[in-house]
Amino acid sequence: MLKSKTFLKKTRAGGVMKIVREHYLRDDIGCGAAGCTACCGAHEGPALEPQPQDPASSLCPQPHYLLPDTNVLLHQIDVLEDPAIRNVIVLQTVLQEVRNRSAPVYKRIRDVANNQEKHFYTFTNEHHRETYVEQEQGENANDRNDRAIRVAAKWYNEHLKKMSADNQLQVIFITNDRKNKEKAVEEGIPAFTCEEYVKSLTANPELIDRLACLSEEGNEIESGKIIFSEHLPLSKLQQGIKSGTYLQGTFRASRENYLEATVWIHGDSEENKEIILQGLKHLNRAIHEDIVAVELLPKSQWVAPSSVVLHDEGQNEDDVEKEEEREQMSRRHLFTPADKRIPRIRIETRQASTLEGRRIIVAIDGWPRNSRYPNGHFVKNLGDVGEKETETEVLLLEHDVPHQPFSQAVLSFLPKMPWGITEKDMKNREDLRHLCICSVDPPGCTDIDDALHCRELENGNLEVGVHIADVSHFIRPGNALDQESARRGTTVYLCEKRIDMVPELLSSNLCSLKCDVDRLAFSCIWEMNHSAEILKTKFTKSVINSKASLTYAEAQLRIDSANMRDDITTSLRGLNKLAKILKKKRIEKGALTLSSPEVRFHMDSETHDPIDLQTKELRETNSMVEEFMLLANISVAKKIHEEFSEHALLRKHPAPPPSNYEILVKAARSRNLEIKTDTAKSLAESLDQAESPTFPYLNTLLRILATRCMMQAVYFCSGMDNDFHHYGLASPIYTHFTSPIRRYADVIVHRLLAVAIGADCTYPELTDKHKLADICKNLNYRHKMAQYAQRASVAFHTQLFFKSKGRVSEEAYILFVRKNAIVVLIPKYGLEGTVFFEEKDKPNPRLIYDDEIPSLKIEDTVFHVFDKVKVKIMLDSSNLQHQKIRMSLVEPQIPGISISPDDISNMNLNGPEKKKMKLEK
Amino acid sequence: MAGLELLSDQGYRVDGRRAGELRKIQARMGVFAQADGSAYIEQGNTKALAVVYGPHEIRGSRARALPDRALVNCQYSSATFSTGERKRRPHGDRKSCEMGLQLRQTFEAAILTQLHPRSQIDIYVQVLQADGGTYAACVNAATLAVLDAGIPMRDFVCACSAGFVDGTALADLSHVEEAAGGPQLALALLPASGQIALLEMDARLHEDHLEQVLEAAAQAAQDVHILLDRVVRQHVREASILLGD
Repeated sequence: MLKSKTFLKKTRAGGVMKIVREHYLRDDIGCGAAGCTACCGAHEGPALEPQPQDPASSLCPQPHYLLPDTNVLLHQIDVLEDPAIRNVIVLQTVLQEVRNRSAPVYKRIRDVANNQEKHFYTFTNEHHRETYVEQEQGENANDRNDRAIRVAAKWYNEHLKKMSADNQLQVIFITNDRKNKEKAVEEGIPAFTCEEYVKSLTANPELIDRLACLSEEGNEIESGKIIFSEHLPLSKLQQGIKSGTYLQGTFRASRENYLEATVWIHGDSEENKEIILQGLKHLNRAIHEDIVAVELLPKSQWVAPSSVVLHDEGQNEDDVEKEEEREQMSRRHLFTPADKRIPRIRIETRQASTLEGRRIIVAIDGWPRNSRYPNGHFVKNLGDVGEKETETEVLLLEHDVPHQPFSQAVLSFLPKMPWGITEKDMKNREDLRHLCICSVDPPGCTDIDDALHCRELENGNLEVGVHIADVSHFIRPGNALDQESARRGTTVYLCEKRIDMVPELLSSNLCSLKCDVDRLAFSCIWEMNHSAEILKTKFTKSVINSKASLTYAEAQLRIDSANMRDDITTSLRGLNKLAKILKKKRIEKGALTLSSPEVRFHMDSETHDPIDLQTKELRETNSMVEEFMLLANISVAKKIHEEFSEHALLRKHPAPPPSNYEILVKAARSRNLEIKTDTAKSLAESLDQAESPTFPYLNTLLRILATRCMMQAVYFCSGMDNDFHHYGLASPIYTHFTSPIRRYADVIVHRLLAVAIGADCTYPELTDKHKLADICKNLNYRHKMAQYAQRASVAFHTQLFFKSKGRVSEEAYILFVRKNAIVVLIPKYGLEGTVFFEEKDKPNPRLIYDDEIPSLKIEDTVFHVFDKVKVKIMLDSSNLQHQKIRMSLVEPQIPGISISPDDISNMNLNGPEKKKMKLEK
Repeated sequence: MAGLELLSDQGYRVDGRRAGELRKIQARMGVFAQADGSAYIEQGNTKALAVVYGPHEIRGSRARALPDRALVNCQYSSATFSTGERKRRPHGDRKSCEMGLQLRQTFEAAILTQLHPRSQIDIYVQVLQADGGTYAACVNAATLAVLDAGIPMRDFVCACSAGFVDGTALADLSHVEEAAGGPQLALALLPASGQIALLEMDARLHEDHLEQVLEAAAQAAQDVHILLDRVVRQHVREASILLGD
């Protein structure tokens, strides 16, 4: 088997070191073509088709395999992923280079290679006796790899000829490197550039659009004006970062001003600072979420955020000129992304007419130095703008929410129906079916995670039980169902749709703790005295039979009613009493009660259009359920941390840095209130005291502002961190245990707890803290994205609502004051919006902005934070891409600025002419 | 840059081997005439030399003598030039003490020590080049040296290391694979009976996987046995030719 060995010598940075590695060359590596007799090796996995029936290429009519080089793979992955492209040989040399250069592309190519339909074959050429190439004297690594690829291509062609005399099969080498191609042709290998090949596929013209347009060197010199300075080479950057001249960080474009961005510097908390960048030149082609290196300007040039809201209108003069030029070529177009933080992208397409007014996906290929916008190529068409399905699809894609239907592999792990509880299930389980358990949830809820009970014991103490759906019983570690739910991380609730984390059979049936059926549960049972002190805690897997599924309102009615005396009602009353004590205790410890405006849409049952908006009501029973869930989570967190000090999955909420509170403190001061922010407790207390008799909504507004100051709560693995504190809940330790149907974190916690009480066995990944940390990272990301998606969905439905509603005037409160605009909140709709005071085609009003008090003076009217105003809301659909809610001031009246409630003449909203607010700094 | 891919999707390791394959093994017996027994082994780039003296009278303190069996004394050392970075390794540092102890345990289990009461057997092993699996190479070299010295043993002792990457057990780890930080297991086996003379593992490995790794190591040790057996037979054949039979 082992043929020969050679030695590779390598040097590594930091002292020259000789490294000797063995490199075995084999002669048992197959060529991958099915039915090839020469290399009798049995091929595993997908192989190449014996007679590829590829789309006819005018360049090479006979059947052929493709052999792309590294750059083609890196840049044209979109083309290669197309179902039309099949029978591709990926060399190990190429794959390794791709792996080193781009992890995402590497992952994509691996996915493609694992797809049986695509017939991709990975050829381990570096270990094949006849295709191994040694680096020659004076040859650099790149040239060597290019040569290795050519040698492999040549070997393939000769090898395939051997298969049978009349074989027409060919391997076609695809490269975009001119020199490489010439050399290949010299050696007798049929070679084309990617463009040539794709264009020759006459049956698939749409592929051409998906070609990445790479700037050719010649092109760059000819169109003279260079806008951006060159990026520094990587080696220089690394040097600079090491020596401290450059700082490395994540680039975050501003939503409000396209000429401004911040860079979050990586590193220790001390250095964890934000750097502001201003101006196109300084941004130098960075795109949102890029990792960048920045150099600080001299202190004299430091600036503050401009507080100006500025959108890219794009067409400064020389740009317009270019556009016209492009018009004639008629295939080049500008694409405007849905996310404002991403610049517009130039694309080249032949289907412009069909794509107009559609949502499409575009990939960025590069950003030449002389171009105002990056170049890209078309990938996929999603549907019409404004269509509900399309828009939902867009917002799911935008927030990277996995929303495809569950695959067969996943569904195969579901229990077979009809399902019943068997003897085996009862092992390690307590039978709690006799208990009077009920669930309390919002109306229309089908995935019931939790149920409660409370009863008096003989010794006068109370027994309180929280019963959580036993999802981990159905989702066994490591199978496809588990992997899929781990990937999804959370169920995403959109206004009209729910994207489930687990298939519906589990989420709405077998796991859901519906009333009057036997269900498996994980129970946390406390013995408490009447002052809600926990005397004993017990965790057990159980079988329950819920006696009632109530809504919050129904439960409230039962508690309040005078004549109901049944078991469920007594149980609820007991719970409610305890919950009140628990809440009081929690608040005494310094837990925060914050507020954010939440709305719920009433949907038309047929068209699914929103017909009414309603802010969510809060009842005593809401907080009752919440209180016990918190208690269960805390108890479980303690237990699993006790048992698994190194790999418990916990949730923490870091205390925000004091600077975060500045807005809140300043805003409160303008109303002569003082907010203390040194500890959570003092914050909670001062928020409680911040009341104004004349202004009852003020307190809510302050709480909304306080919410904005908070940090994100995150999951983490206890072995990887030592600060466990949950700031908002004022608890030293916390986790998520109570919603396993909709959160994957809870599934892991269930598994940990099950092992801790000996009800289930452990598995390798569970006790691997690095794997757990990876899971946490994914969960945090998915949760953040789910939140954003939910907000986006609300925003979209608000638009639909106002579209049907027309224009309305509502009362609003000012949340923030900016240099040229105010941000207002409309309590009735829970809607936030910006009112601009400068318009493109009108004389600019006199604006005086004061940063200290936060106030804005317009002509003679002064706006402070929390001022009450009246605004008019309407839908601005003048720009197809970005329909948006637009607000304008009605009261107080400022001549020339505000509009009268029924004045519509100066608002030509649906007109063809684009009218947007153009602002100059 | 991404870390090293220890096992490709196609099932090849960094150096081109498949998961269960050993590195190339070459060995010679009787390399030194002065010693009672000696052997030299190469397992890939790991090279080790073993020398055996004895059984002879106890040297030094007589009190160490055992009334019912022979004392096995093992010493391990590694050459300054054995690794990429030249490094002085003084005698008696922690690592070589540990290795010496492990070798001693291994060979006490294999050598029929009760045949030589109140005497001593010295095994000296030196690693000339280290590229992963030093313990295994030492054991294999020492086995050959003990055989060369003509000291009766129950069986060969064959050793091999194994690791665990992405759900697959890898046999005979090279230095690159060891340095990646996964779990690694060293196994010394008496191949005829399948008895384990020594089993040692660093790092954590879930018990579910242990069997799989152990099996891979045992299979590899069996493969080593076939190769060592061939070396011994070859050596005996050459020796008998020299004796003129």
